[in-house]
Amino acid sequence: MVMPEFSIASAEIFLAIAAMALLMIGVFKKEKAFKPVSWLAVASLIVTALLVLMGDGPTQVTFSDLYRVDTFGTFMKVLALGASALAIIMSMDFNVRSKMDRFEFPVLIVIATLGMMVMISANDLMSLYLGIELMSLSLYVTAAFRRNSTRATEAGLKYFVLGALSSGMLLYGCSLIYGFTGTTNFTLIAQAVAGGTGELGLGLLVGIVFLTAGLCFKVSAVPFHMWTPDVYEGVPTPVTAFFAAAPKIAGMALFIRAFITPFGELVDQWQQIIFVVSVLSMGLGAFAAINQRNIKRLMAYSSIGHIGYALVGLAAGTEEGIRGVLIYLSIYVVMNIGTFAIILSMRHKDRMVEDISELAGLGKSRPMMAGLLMIFMFSMAGIPPLAGFFGKFYVFVAAIDAGLISLAVIGLLASVVSAFYYIRIIKIMYFDEAAEGFLDPSKSLSIIMVAAGVFIVFFVAYPSPLKDSAAAAASVLFQ
Amino acid sequence: MLDWNILSYVTFLPLVGAFLILITGSENNARWVALWTTLATFVISLPIWIYFDNSQAGFQFVEKAEWLGGGINYHMGIDGISILFIILTTFLMPLCILASWKAITTRVREYMIAFLFMETLMIGVFCSLDMVLFYLFFEAGLIPMFLIIGIWGGANRVYASFKFFLYTLIGSVLMLAAMITMYVIVGTTDIPTLMATDFDSHLQIWLWLAFFASFAVKVPMWPVHTWLPDAHVQAPTAGSVILAGVLLKMGGYGLLRFSLPMFPEASEYFTPLVFALSVIAIIYTSLVALVQKDMKKLIAYSSVAHMGFITIGIFTFNQQGLEGSILQMISHGIVSGALFLCVGVVYDRLHTREISRYGGLVQNMPKYAVIFMFFTMATIGLPGTSGFVGEFLILLGAYQVSTWTAAFATTGVILGAAYSLWLYRRVVFGDLVKEDVKAMLDVSKREIAIFVPLILVALWIGVYPDPFLDVMHASVTNLMEQHHASMELVKSTMHAAK
Repeated sequence: MVMPEFSIASAEIFLAIAAMALLMIGVFKKEKAFKPVSWLAVASLIVTALLVLMGDGPTQVTFSDLYRVDTFGTFMKVLALGASALAIIMSMDFNVRSKMDRFEFPVLIVIATLGMMVMISANDLMSLYLGIELMSLSLYVTAAFRRNSTRATEAGLKYFVLGALSSGMLLYGCSLIYGFTGTTNFTLIAQAVAGGTGELGLGLLVGIVFLTAGLCFKVSAVPFHMWTPDVYEGVPTPVTAFFAAAPKIAGMALFIRAFITPFGELVDQWQQIIFVVSVLSMGLGAFAAINQRNIKRLMAYSSIGHIGYALVGLAAGTEEGIRGVLIYLSIYVVMNIGTFAIILSMRHKDRMVEDISELAGLGKSRPMMAGLLMIFMFSMAGIPPLAGFFGKFYVFVAAIDAGLISLAVIGLLASVVSAFYYIRIIKIMYFDEAAEGFLDPSKSLSIIMVAAGVFIVFFVAYPSPLKDSAAAAASVLFQ
Repeated sequence: MLDWNILSYVTFLPLVGAFLILITGSENNARWVALWTTLATFVISLPIWIYFDNSQAGFQFVEKAEWLGGGINYHMGIDGISILFIILTTFLMPLCILASWKAITTRVREYMIAFLFMETLMIGVFCSLDMVLFYLFFEAGLIPMFLIIGIWGGANRVYASFKFFLYTLIGSVLMLAAMITMYVIVGTTDIPTLMATDFDSHLQIWLWLAFFASFAVKVPMWPVHTWLPDAHVQAPTAGSVILAGVLLKMGGYGLLRFSLPMFPEASEYFTPLVFALSVIAIIYTSLVALVQKDMKKLIAYSSVAHMGFITIGIFTFNQQGLEGSILQMISHGIVSGALFLCVGVVYDRLHTREISRYGGLVQNMPKYAVIFMFFTMATIGLPGTSGFVGEFLILLGAYQVSTWTAAFATTGVILGAAYSLWLYRRVVFGDLVKEDVKAMLDVSKREIAIFVPLILVALWIGVYPDPFLDVMHASVTNLMEQHHASMELVKSTMHAAK
């Protein structure tokens, strides 16, 4: 028997060992373990990111072709690891204040992140499912982490039940694909598809539809988005901040990998599915958010819309389109983390608030925070010169290049509708009379929101690093 | 020619001022920094005009640098069409800062930052030779203007600011879709390259419509003009000046820079539509202006009517029409800006814009009456003022193309005289009966300092417009010749096809 090449997956192996070690540390230290374990978790995520970067190079496969390490994976993994690390940092003060400071929280996030890395590197339907479940199960627990809150446990249960349903659909899709191609390996599926006959097509297509349904659930794309607003609103805010960033990256990475590598030949078939999903997501994200009063719920609809825009790039199905998706996701994650750093700072003496009307007069009481939130909102609306504009620009260039002009025009018009609720937040902050001011944001949150703001504002002056690495990542998928 | 990147300096100098205000404290300081920055920008922008080579039709002071890659570069440069708009912008900005000196009392720092940011974006629009760069400056202007109307505006400011934002955005995204389509076809967003590209005539129709959606909202043309009266009425005085003086001109400039040279066939095809919309705008909005009770609203409607003349001039495709419309845009920027400032003067004193609340101002504010009289005459187009030259050239050009259009447009001149003079009569003449109006003081030294440069420039253009026309001559001729050449080409290919 030949031993698999473990070294290729050294980053994942390190993170798995680190997660176990953190769990042990937590168990033995019991009380007061939260802060040290959290910081250690952040440190191990950063080390993992460095390992990922060091391992970047030509594409390699290991574990009997189940696992693929390439530049695309590096890009997505670094993004997901960074988002998870920031989510842990952002959660600390909140968890201590609301007596949620148990060490399991960072450990669960680390394990979920490990699941994401497996998803990103999946080269087989089996590793795909393994990664998804590792991530999802950790997320279900995280969602219901505040056991004594009815809202949070309800959200957790909802998430679990619907998540289980979507996993079922995904598995069904996988089994159909296996049944009609005779293999679970992405590369072999691609070969089977390329040499396939007409009969192969139909059964396979049904399989792809089920696979799409499962993946749409994970990235909360319409029509499998129903859980998103309830879960976003119900779970504690740091969990929402985590849910809105890293799992979306992993889900989109899997989406891209599964559609481009094995089914790249069938682009004409699945393009229509993604087209419809994308249009519905952008539309719902734009219209449903208009009447929201809770900022977390609003962010839920906004994230549905953003996933719709990212899917525009996937619908193009070209290298340019994938590059657009990667740029879009990176910028989305930064805007999102910055916004949630501000939402986590919406705090009065004794309580956290989530109502949008609480932001009234923020322009006077906290000019810095209001200025940053304004930048994030304009950026999410896609107004230049902020980074959000370039995210949209690249996916629309790809869409029009692929002949999907109607998709681009629908997307652009949806962005006008969504601009309405983004500028409504700015209106409340600047045009309305002042409400009670917030307490000082914690130091770590301030640093995160300022850093995110700087990125969003200055991306226009120096866009090439992100653009070039996204281009490099996208190109390996098409070799 | 200058060997330093003057356009970039002029464009980004205001941002430096905004940054200085951001890091320094007091409100009074913010006013002075803003004033000096805008004055410095004006002074630095003058060499552009001095060193501009009138005989060249192409782009001058060109700068090019790597930016987004893939055919999208940081490309700046100006020609005879854009140069005057830059000077107009830098000229109006110090006056706007002075006009806001006492009128703005809350959040002065943020106000000045918004204005300086706005100045960078406006200059950038006229300097960009890359579509993405142009779009960036064009669209980013929404941010400061939205805040200026929304924070420092009147009672109904929220409605006005949202309407302004969403109207402009919906037009712009359609333009963006067209720009991306052109980028995909040609592989670059370089404006000079795109001007030399012949687009398929069927595609031209769609692209033209998409660009028109954006520029028609910005100009604004009937029937998408309704955001303008709201925005003008609610905006603070200086905001109105910038809006009428420069922002509306971006629409006209866009038609000259994009629609005409890039889609000549479609422009020719849609000329009757533009003429019809412009004539409706001139007559309809002039009639609407007659019945207004609010001074600012009246001037806002008159702006729509004047911009109607400009769009007619642009689509005549002849020398007089094109040069007239550029000159009329500059003149309108100065005159309507000054009229909004005139309203601002009395608004600062009585805090109402209702016409019937005034009357008899000539008795206690004689200097004001003279200033207001001058700009009323200029907006009517009295010979000797700037308004006359532009309007006359436009009508001269229009008669060569379409007598009916010119005839209808001329009735607009009469209506314009009617509502302007009537406004003047109601505000300045009549009996001075109201106690609070009697207590109003005449214009201060600061206000005179604002009006004198405006009067001088309006007279200069009216009496001796040659320096202004000489600058644009070569570029306009080139634009026209290119247009006629491509139309000849179309005719000959159609002939060959037969």
